[in-house]
Amino acid sequence: MNDMTHDGYVTEDGRQIGGVMMEMKNITLRFGGVVAIKDISFDIREGEIRAIIGPNGAGKSSMLNVISGFYTPSEGEVWYQGATRPMMKPYEIARQGVARTFQNIALFEGMTVLDNVMTGRLTKMKSGLLSQAMWWGKAQAEEIVNREQVEKVIDFLEIQNIRKTPVGRLPYGLKKRVELARALAAEPKLLLLDEPMAGMNVEEKEDMSRFILDVNDEFGTTIALIEHDMGVVMDLSDRVVVMDYGKKIGDGTPEEVRNNQDVIDAYLGVAH
Amino acid sequence: MLYRTAGQFKTSYKKDQALFPVRQDATLLALILGLAWIVFPFMASEFAFQTLLIPVLVYSLAALGLNILTGFAGQLSLGTGAFMGVGAYACYKMITIFPEMNLIVAVLLSGFFSSIVGVAFGLPSLRIKGFYLAIATLAAQFFLVWMFEKVGWLYNYSNTGAIQVPNIDMFGVAVAGPLASSVTKYYFVLFIVTVVTVVMINLTRGTQGRIWKATRDMDIAAELIGINLLKSKLTAFAVSSYVVGVSGALFVFLWRGAAEPNLFDISLSFRVLFIAIIGGLGSIMGNFLGAILIVALPVVLNILPELFGIEIASATVEHLNIMIIGSLIIFFLIIEPHGLARLWALIREKLIIWPFPH
Ligand SMILES: Nc1ncnc2c1ncn2[C@@H]1O[C@H](COP(=O)(O)OP(=O)(O)OP(=O)(O)O)[C@@H](O)[C@H]1O
Ligand SMILES: [Mg+2]
Repeated sequence: MNDMTHDGYVTEDGRQIGGVMMEMKNITLRFGGVVAIKDISFDIREGEIRAIIGPNGAGKSSMLNVISGFYTPSEGEVWYQGATRPMMKPYEIARQGVARTFQNIALFEGMTVLDNVMTGRLTKMKSGLLSQAMWWGKAQAEEIVNREQVEKVIDFLEIQNIRKTPVGRLPYGLKKRVELARALAAEPKLLLLDEPMAGMNVEEKEDMSRFILDVNDEFGTTIALIEHDMGVVMDLSDRVVVMDYGKKIGDGTPEEVRNNQDVIDAYLGVAH
Repeated sequence: MLYRTAGQFKTSYKKDQALFPVRQDATLLALILGLAWIVFPFMASEFAFQTLLIPVLVYSLAALGLNILTGFAGQLSLGTGAFMGVGAYACYKMITIFPEMNLIVAVLLSGFFSSIVGVAFGLPSLRIKGFYLAIATLAAQFFLVWMFEKVGWLYNYSNTGAIQVPNIDMFGVAVAGPLASSVTKYYFVLFIVTVVTVVMINLTRGTQGRIWKATRDMDIAAELIGINLLKSKLTAFAVSSYVVGVSGALFVFLWRGAAEPNLFDISLSFRVLFIAIIGGLGSIMGNFLGAILIVALPVVLNILPELFGIEIASATVEHLNIMIIGSLIIFFLIIEPHGLARLWALIREKLIIWPFPH
């Protein structure tokens, strides 16, 4: 790894990566008899794009679910911004600046694109029920301020023309983009993307890659993503964690990981 | 050309978020309000007030309350009838304990009692969903009606077990009870329904509406984007039961004039649910369309044959009514779950581009 220091490092393309933002310490996750994650540790640094890869069923989504608080690890600790994270509800974790997208799109199908993206800002909306009921002062002002933010995201992701379309009517690729918009609207510190490009054609993948790089570049958002397309992973990510059967079998720059024998074996399906 | 929107550009987000971004919608609403506030009261007969206008308003409000819970927040309830009862009994107790109380205040306060009861019965909603939650609300339905029967204090130990609306004055005018005129009652109901509807429109078009709809559409994602599900659901139960309770108070005080416990039984719950479904789940306007249909249908079925000189037994009319409502429910559940409101939206969309569909 280039210039790795205690406080961070500089990437190949010259971006400065900061200190540790999130650290997973000896995480184990069991579902009854199934061990989805076995004693895995790794960290995510400020400003980096961190990929998690591995064959199907390796436990990648489970790991993302632990980070976003949807699953509580059976063992181990999550450090976030310098302190252990206590037991928290997922909505409390979201309010700490963690936003995500889902492997199987989880949009609010009955709402328009605009309303879906607006839900991303719910954690910033503070006006009370009474003020909203009257549509006076604070509630209305808040609605407008947040709408402006949302419109920036909509412009950024180039979905202006479908703003008022009910999400249920959109094709798959656009849904994925709207889901990213909803996550971005929250102005997250840490953005988790579970297979943002799955099921897309080449062109859509290129668009999505560009968006991910731009988000990281323009807003300095730290990103952890799961992706199957190795080409995409190599292009996008600064560091990669490789999982197989719930275990971590590799961790490092794309270059290092690509030359790691365990990783090569896992992907070529060598018997365990 | 009726609904041309060309030339109506939005120059600010504030304007875009206005209630009626399309001018014709505002005109249409003004027309309806004009009819409701000015034309109907002058033209309506006693019969029209009692069998059409007042019940339509009361049922619309009840369905609006249910729609907040079921259509917006996605939590099914079969206890609407009983929650209307809580509002009615609360209003009755307040009026008999404090005879000087202003009826508007009493009606608006009644909602808080049903709201509290609603939240109590809504507590299990975080653990149980769908069918099982419906069963829990069904338990509330039976338990509450049983209370209305058994707790003598609620009906002031009257011999009949029924509650009777006394004569109530406001500023020297009789507004409820045997002495009040239908037109006064109508205006009273119309005022409350207008105010509550405006508040509900505001609540559902902004932050709280999005919280409810997110909870309805995908609760897991809702929680992961920062929504406290328990709070969202309980707020829905609170607001919904409030509106339902107010409608219950109006139901008895401004329309029926008296009530026995079985007035609030399960068939009332279903009637309100049917209005919400036919009108359109997740719509505000739909409740009014649904109520008009359900209330007017039996009246029309009675009058139409007469107009054509056909004789039909009243039992047949009754059956016809049930059959038509039954088929409408099936139609809307299967073919158009968003009800009459969606049908209107489709017509409106067509009108906007008519006569140039491209
Ligand atoms: N809620 C759950 N209950 C039981 N087992 C689960 C649950 N979630 C995941 N698992 C199991 O944990 C293992 C890891 O699943 P996970 O979804 O994390 O894999 P993944 O790496 O994301 O796979 P994919 O590439 O197919 O998305 C699998 O064996 C899966 O069956
Ligand atoms: Mg997965």
